[in-house]
Amino acid sequence: MFRIMEKRLLAPAVHQLVVEAPLVARSARPGNFVIVRTNETGERIPLTIADYDPEKGSIMLVVQEVGKSTMDIGMMEAGDSFADVAGPLGQATPIKKVGTVVGVAGGIGVAPLLPQIKLHKAIGNHVITIVGARTRELLILKDEVEKASHETIFATDDGTFGYHGFVTAALEELIKAGRQIDEATAIGPVRMMQATCNLTRKHNIPTIVSLNAVMVDGTGMCGCCRVTVGGEVKFSCVDGPDFDGHAVDFDELVSRQAFFRDEENLARELAEQKRGGCRCHEK
Amino acid sequence: MQVPREIVDRVEMPKQSPEDRRSNFREVALGLDPELAVREAKRCIQCKTKPCTKGCPVEVEIPDFIALMAEGKFAEADAKIKEKNSLPAICGRVCPQESQCESLCTLGKKFKPVAVGALERFAADWTRERKSASCCEDTCCAEPCCAEPCRAEPCRDESANTCTCSEEPAVCAPADGIKRPSARVAVIGSGPAGLTCAAELALMGYGVDIYESLHETGGVLRYGIPEFRLPKAIVNQEVDYVRSLGVRIFTNVVVGMTLNLSEMLAKGEYQAAFIGTGAGLPYFLGVPGENLNGVYSANEFLTRVNLMKAYKFPEYDTPVKIGKRVVVVGAGNVAMDAARTSLRLGAEDVKIVYRRSRTEMPARLEEIENAEEEGVQMFLLTNPVRIISDGKGGVAAMECIKMELGEPDASGRRRPVPVPGSEFTMDVDTVVVAVGQGPNPLLTRATEGLALNRRGNIEARDEYGATSIPGVWAGGDIVTGAATVISAMGAGKRAARGIDIWLRSQS
Repeated sequence: MFRIMEKRLLAPAVHQLVVEAPLVARSARPGNFVIVRTNETGERIPLTIADYDPEKGSIMLVVQEVGKSTMDIGMMEAGDSFADVAGPLGQATPIKKVGTVVGVAGGIGVAPLLPQIKLHKAIGNHVITIVGARTRELLILKDEVEKASHETIFATDDGTFGYHGFVTAALEELIKAGRQIDEATAIGPVRMMQATCNLTRKHNIPTIVSLNAVMVDGTGMCGCCRVTVGGEVKFSCVDGPDFDGHAVDFDELVSRQAFFRDEENLARELAEQKRGGCRCHEK
Repeated sequence: MQVPREIVDRVEMPKQSPEDRRSNFREVALGLDPELAVREAKRCIQCKTKPCTKGCPVEVEIPDFIALMAEGKFAEADAKIKEKNSLPAICGRVCPQESQCESLCTLGKKFKPVAVGALERFAADWTRERKSASCCEDTCCAEPCCAEPCRAEPCRDESANTCTCSEEPAVCAPADGIKRPSARVAVIGSGPAGLTCAAELALMGYGVDIYESLHETGGVLRYGIPEFRLPKAIVNQEVDYVRSLGVRIFTNVVVGMTLNLSEMLAKGEYQAAFIGTGAGLPYFLGVPGENLNGVYSANEFLTRVNLMKAYKFPEYDTPVKIGKRVVVVGAGNVAMDAARTSLRLGAEDVKIVYRRSRTEMPARLEEIENAEEEGVQMFLLTNPVRIISDGKGGVAAMECIKMELGEPDASGRRRPVPVPGSEFTMDVDTVVVAVGQGPNPLLTRATEGLALNRRGNIEARDEYGATSIPGVWAGGDIVTGAATVISAMGAGKRAARGIDIWLRSQS
């Protein structure tokens, strides 16, 4: 069970995995996530489902190595199995016919954005996708995004590919050019989602964000993933992970994500020692 | 007439000393030895009225098993208990006997009641330990379903925990001899309610599959109750016993998300279902500062430590952070567990803050005493007003207000009211909120036609726990709101009876 059927390196330390999980694949919808555990001593970590294939009985995950658990996943190969994959979890993203939708993704946020824009396109929305990354080699899933969108803008912070600048600057140009935008979806680092929401708020564009709060069980049981949305406490796992981006308290989210920073660093250092250095620069 | 000392003196179970135990996760109560067990069993006067049995939610024949123990027949005593209770090693540890069987004991009117819980625990532990050594006696194992003469030696496959006497895994012929239709039942949740319901149905001869959302079985027995009160090895063995009855358990299946209950029934995979998903949605206080780092729900705190073994970080990957000064808000068993866990993780100063007085504390007296012996301080008639930030996202202090008891409220307990102007602050690094849990919404919101009450608990329509959907029963915390292990087990047992009656009426 939960065997890795395919594994591919998308960018340095960014992996695409196709995992056997027939029951999850059958019930998954855009916006859902799974909780995975690599082995018996592993932690439960949430990963958004980037694609799902009920026929093949598989789900696709995109994982960037940032801590010990994601490094462990990076070490796994096709044929290896996860100890556990539970899901699909979370509420599916509400996707309706609204007209023109802009999908904004930062870094590996493009992976969870993919099933959403595919569905937007399928139900007849005009889809413009803006994908940003620090540099050219970190831009992933370019072909898939172009196929799923009517228009695509790639942006790099250092100008090595496409638009030179942040995704928010690209979005702002689009708005200033007078393009009618009915809805936006932003997925990526918290500060990038926050900046996107600050911009769309000014222009009254409803914006959905997908929050990556720290979780343990992922089923509503622990309350670790609580976030403040519109002054109310919500659990990302059962009330989200998608929320109205204009109502989210992003500063609180950033602070809560850092709670276990010391422990995360320790675990990563120990893992790196064991492996003889980090693998960030391997190709 | 002088009453003999053997009747008067209740055997007390030895415990680890408070100084030792507050720094380790090993079990606190150490159990009886055979001699003490027989001595305590002989205290039972075998009265005709048997009031104790009326105090047991799963109807264990208490005097009968105690009589067997008085003769030293511990395995027979265990089998006698298991006729009614599939999880005796757990009940012997976590049941509130003092407010159930033991509170009704005839001997207890004049002296101390018979230590029913300690005896139950001994019978179960003794039988289990001996079985794993060698189970070859007249019959191959003490399971109530097994009357096979022993053919292999040793006849138990330890890794699978099954009897290897016969080729097929033992499937129990129903103990009561009633002929039943062949039917399969889905049980949602592998906590005390689900395990009990599954075991009862399996003993009747039905096919049973349990679906569990977490990666491990046991529900609250696994993620909630700490190792020092209920060792996980005991939970494993009790779950293995349920499996040995032919019950299959599927982990990582979140019914309501992974599978849909209505579909499972409509497709004919199952003819009936039992929902025992528990109270899995923690309540918070609703005071300012509650989302600061260092504020946990008791569920999160205990799940990290118990299920994910964060006390062994970094050997295990899941961390838990604990400050020197910890406040646990609430005074139920979960609050005591959180406070005592904090000590074992290295906290130096642990306080319980509770808005009512000692008499209203919902925790078992024994657990309150254990906590106080270990050094937990009680701040009663005290309520949190706000949690104060350290300016870096963490907790620096908690502001509280003193309370006094007013008129009785809906629960019959005197309502705590704030004393104006009595606010004060206490310095604290970690806050654990243990003020109860609501029903988890994942299954209930995905199951069409399932009637809920105002609080989101499933509506049970009769004494068996029938829901608004034909063929679906529910029991335990998902119906009642957070309660005890044994009341959930009682509900699982009653539901099994209801399911049996229904399945037989359908055939």
